[in-house]
Amino acid sequence: MTTMTMGKALNAGLRRAMTDDDRVVLMGEDIGTLGGVYRITDGLQAEFGERRVMDTPLAEAGILGTAIGLAYRGYRPVCEIQFDGFVYPAFDQIVSQVAKMHARTHGLVRMPITVRIPVGGGIGAAEHHSESPEAYFAHTAGLRVVSVSNPQDACTMLRQAIASDDPVIFFEPKRRYHVKAEVDDAVALTEAPALGSARIARPGEHVTLITWGGLVGVALDAALAAEDEGTSIEVVDLRSLSPVDYDTVTASVRRTGRVVIAQEGPREASIASEVVAVLTERCFAFLEAAPVRVTGHDIPYPPARLEKHHLPDLDRILYGVDRVLGRVRETGVEVSP
Amino acid sequence: MPDAAKPDATTQDPVRLLDEHGARTASDRYDPLIADLDDHALAGLYEDMVLIRRIDAEGMALQRQGELALWPPLLGQEAAQIGLGRALRSDDFVFSSYREHGVAYCRGVAPVDLLRVWRGVSVSGWDPFEAGMASPQVIIGAQALHATGYAMGIQNDRERDPATPDSVAVACFGDGAMSEGDVNEAMVFAATYQAPVVFFCQNNQYAISEPVSLQTRVPLADRPAGFGIPSARVDGNDVLAVTAVVREALERARGGGGPGFIEAVTYRMGPHTTADDPTRYRDPAELELWSARDPIQRLRAHLESRGAFGPELEESVAARADQVAAELRAGCIAMPDPDALEVFADVYAEPHAELDRQRADYARYLGGFVS
Ligand SMILES: Cc1ncc(C[n+]2csc(CCOP(=O)(O)OP(=O)(O)O)c2C)c(N)n1
Ligand SMILES: [Mg+2]
Repeated sequence: MTTMTMGKALNAGLRRAMTDDDRVVLMGEDIGTLGGVYRITDGLQAEFGERRVMDTPLAEAGILGTAIGLAYRGYRPVCEIQFDGFVYPAFDQIVSQVAKMHARTHGLVRMPITVRIPVGGGIGAAEHHSESPEAYFAHTAGLRVVSVSNPQDACTMLRQAIASDDPVIFFEPKRRYHVKAEVDDAVALTEAPALGSARIARPGEHVTLITWGGLVGVALDAALAAEDEGTSIEVVDLRSLSPVDYDTVTASVRRTGRVVIAQEGPREASIASEVVAVLTERCFAFLEAAPVRVTGHDIPYPPARLEKHHLPDLDRILYGVDRVLGRVRETGVEVSP
Repeated sequence: MPDAAKPDATTQDPVRLLDEHGARTASDRYDPLIADLDDHALAGLYEDMVLIRRIDAEGMALQRQGELALWPPLLGQEAAQIGLGRALRSDDFVFSSYREHGVAYCRGVAPVDLLRVWRGVSVSGWDPFEAGMASPQVIIGAQALHATGYAMGIQNDRERDPATPDSVAVACFGDGAMSEGDVNEAMVFAATYQAPVVFFCQNNQYAISEPVSLQTRVPLADRPAGFGIPSARVDGNDVLAVTAVVREALERARGGGGPGFIEAVTYRMGPHTTADDPTRYRDPAELELWSARDPIQRLRAHLESRGAFGPELEESVAARADQVAAELRAGCIAMPDPDALEVFADVYAEPHAELDRQRADYARYLGGFVS
């Protein structure tokens, strides 16, 4: 066990995956000499050479499209998309090709491709550098979608994603890159929790607070603050957004009877919407109150100095908790912001 | 008018009218295109380059002091951008990347408006129609298609009404953008429709850390030939040469000769942005080499050789730069944070009931803290 940041843990996970399987190759813009703009691939080109750590031309469709060819040839490409907002040029290759390949070849062709994407806001960045595009990918059959929140999960789940024979869209919340914790980068993948599993980040009794990625830290802070007022919040870190681990989630909601789900991304047709729909179907008889979504607004990501008015923060999450507990006076607010 | 099917064969040597010491090289082809550039006009270009370099330096400083979230410097690319910007007519229209502060300045954008997006108070700094220049594009290469479509619109308008001005659309992008599908598709469309668009590629040798050799095996200016687009490779640190090749491409496009492509060979003297550390990937010797090719020094030496550079010009330009910098700094610091509910502004052109509800809910929620 070593203490390291989530960024370093991802780096360690990549190194381990490349050592374990020489068919693992990395592709992306600025990932070689520079080690990536977030230094996640730092030192890997020097260690594994230019054939296995490829600085690619500046073309995201090119990266994903050629990754498909490499996968046909038996490689396990790990593609880095520099920022969330730059994945869309590759969207066609991901949605029309990567996601469907296994089904359309009757299972003959596998696409063990991992697409790493720094995700989300809260870092005061420029346009197209703070987006939360999870829902686009979760909506696409054939893709697994993961969003990690801490160093150990980052390391282990990245290794699992690379080892998976399915394509995995792997989100790395930028605002968590510097979070530090103890990491064992050699965990046996078969003994670790499965790639599709959620995690109870903090047990509680009164309210189930579901979130993932960049908001896990905020949710834990909210739970701590609520404890002072006698409210016990169970925080569920979803980790896998497709598939969602509904066994874990429904068990929690059946116990607490109240659910709040928080996400950075916009509300409409989102992960939060889907999870709330499923929980309403499966836990209706257990629910004491209508589920509450606390989300970004349905707007393009705002400029840096306004992002605090877009992103759910501790206050908005606690407001959602108050609503689900029936503590909000009639304010005229129809849905939780 | 060159035949689009038989584009100019580019050479490894870029067009150059001023050598590194500012001495003028004669050119039968390009001299007539800049015959109007007298001492006064050259002094104007000198002032433009000094001012934009100063504005750029101020942008760097303001970022370092926490007043801006980010700044992408243009240092070293002044001649390419001013040469292009000053060759345009007010009815032309530019679609640029995030680095073209010099072009925006020439389009009449107020220096303080250049800072708005980088301060993080707005997603665009100016009115595109007033400036004849779109909001800077961050998605690499996307704007090449926008410029091409705009040019197709000019073409249509001119067919509908022959009195329509013969405007040209210009796309500015970098060497890295040459690899994106959008730029290549733009060249296909431009050639197919013979649209009046000029692709202006500043080859500053890097796409963040990636050297241009990672994007291409041939000079970038050799590629357009494959699309049937005439191209020129120009010394991007020579403002006279840039002016000449841009004017040539603009005139051809105005005259119905279709698209053109210009590769301005230059160098990004600074980091990619203030978030970048070029010492990780760049040899300092390279920087030294390009310092000797400084575009402002070169024009200054040329002015001196013409006896057109004296202390008077130097001092007046320096004073003007000081003034612009002071105004810029004051304007930046005075820029207020936008109102919270601005986040809901302008998402749609027409009313949207659900978003209106979200806005109202958020306003009531915020109000709840006050009461
Ligand atoms: C579609 C897309 N992919 C990646 C990026 C990240 N990115 C920003 S600038 C840049 C390099 C651009 O290089 P170049 O086109 O040469 O322009 P320069 O920055 O040198 O002016 C990259 C990769 C982006 N903005 N958009
Ligand atoms: Mg470049």
